[in-house]
Amino acid sequence: MQVPAPFAYERATSVEHAIELLSRHGPEARVVAGGHSLIPMMKLRLAQPDALIDINNLSDLSYIRVEGDQLLIGALTRHADLLDSAVAGEHFPIFRDAEQVIADPVVRNFGTVGGSLCQADPAEDLSAAFAAVGASVVARGPNGSRTIDVRQLHAGPYETVLEPNELLVEIRVPIRPGGGSAYEKVERRVGDYPVAAAGAVVWLDGDTVAEAGIGLTAVGAEHFAAPEAETALRGRPATDDSFAEAGRIAAQHCHPQPDQRGPAEYKRQLAVELTTRALRRATARARGQEA
Amino acid sequence: MQITVTVNGTAYTEEVEPRLLLVHFLRQTLGLTGTHWGCDTSNCGTCVVWFDGKPVKSCTMLAAMADGHEIRTVEGLERDGALDPVQQGFMECHGLQCGFCTPGMMMTARSLLDTNPDPSDDEIREAISGQLCRCTGYENIVRAVRWAAEHPAQEEVTT
Repeated sequence: MQVPAPFAYERATSVEHAIELLSRHGPEARVVAGGHSLIPMMKLRLAQPDALIDINNLSDLSYIRVEGDQLLIGALTRHADLLDSAVAGEHFPIFRDAEQVIADPVVRNFGTVGGSLCQADPAEDLSAAFAAVGASVVARGPNGSRTIDVRQLHAGPYETVLEPNELLVEIRVPIRPGGGSAYEKVERRVGDYPVAAAGAVVWLDGDTVAEAGIGLTAVGAEHFAAPEAETALRGRPATDDSFAEAGRIAAQHCHPQPDQRGPAEYKRQLAVELTTRALRRATARARGQEA
Repeated sequence: MQITVTVNGTAYTEEVEPRLLLVHFLRQTLGLTGTHWGCDTSNCGTCVVWFDGKPVKSCTMLAAMADGHEIRTVEGLERDGALDPVQQGFMECHGLQCGFCTPGMMMTARSLLDTNPDPSDDEIREAISGQLCRCTGYENIVRAVRWAAEHPAQEEVTT
């Protein structure tokens, strides 16, 4: 039987209360939302927090809405809600693509968007999707809120730049009209973490790429992003050749590790191919050729 | 810590350790062994129960998280001595062999049919994609869910 080591359990009744509890319990406390990554790690003693601060009752952190030119996603939004969200799907099909292949339908009922980002698993899907679309996150602490570029959020595997007494409360995605987005993943079986995956967003100026965002996961891309490939693609014709070149550049800057999901060279080749496919599909969507 | 959890319509107040998993709370504390405990890694889905009306994997949740919430287990499928159509379908279509995955499969199937009363085979397969059967394969399970869709309980027809 796998059971976590003992810990103190606290249930937050408000965001302020959660921050107070985090401050009181110190750096060895962890926030638990869906718990679908954290609790399995606790069973294996890969994580052994002294205290869990349960934020599942903070229902005011569960929402998806457009405000001004931003899509706002509450940190406690369940994966199933992001998958089902018409407004998220309308502006960012990349989230629908990604959520369809994150874990399985039952896990998606309880796992949360904010929890996935904070877990900072190097093979997590939404980290790449949010990196691609240039999202930022709002963290709240005892002294107020700050906004962090999602490309600065992850300090390393399973590590974020959040202070021990900061709570991630919201993800903000800038909406720019005329773009298209997509997510492409290769997994060994339903519900598994990716062998590799890539997300892309493309804005066109006629037949030219005006702007592009590329996110990668499970292949050792720094901050889940491919800035060199984005720069190379800007101003280039929106063709398969350009996309394949961007894929090659993205893969050159990855540091995939061999593991049970495959050897490094296979993963690097997937980075090339999945970046290419994501750019191709994002472009088709920007042109209105694909839903 | 003390928690109060409503399981199949009955409120239970129990003293538990914070680290007690929901699946063990149901099986050991309450004696509801219909919910099975399998892989312990949220892969196999035999531990699926409903949490506030939605299927979840109870081996990956703390009992403490269920405090103040409503759980429905496989014991809560039967109504007034009549099997749920999903249970009947598993009997009619040989949807189980060893029966280990069955409680989770049935809870997910009931949830699917409540939101989508006439699912396609693909939709059924997608719904149970986070659950493993190692005996019959999935053909008969899909047939069983189809059978349930085609034979809704009387009250569901009239309401």
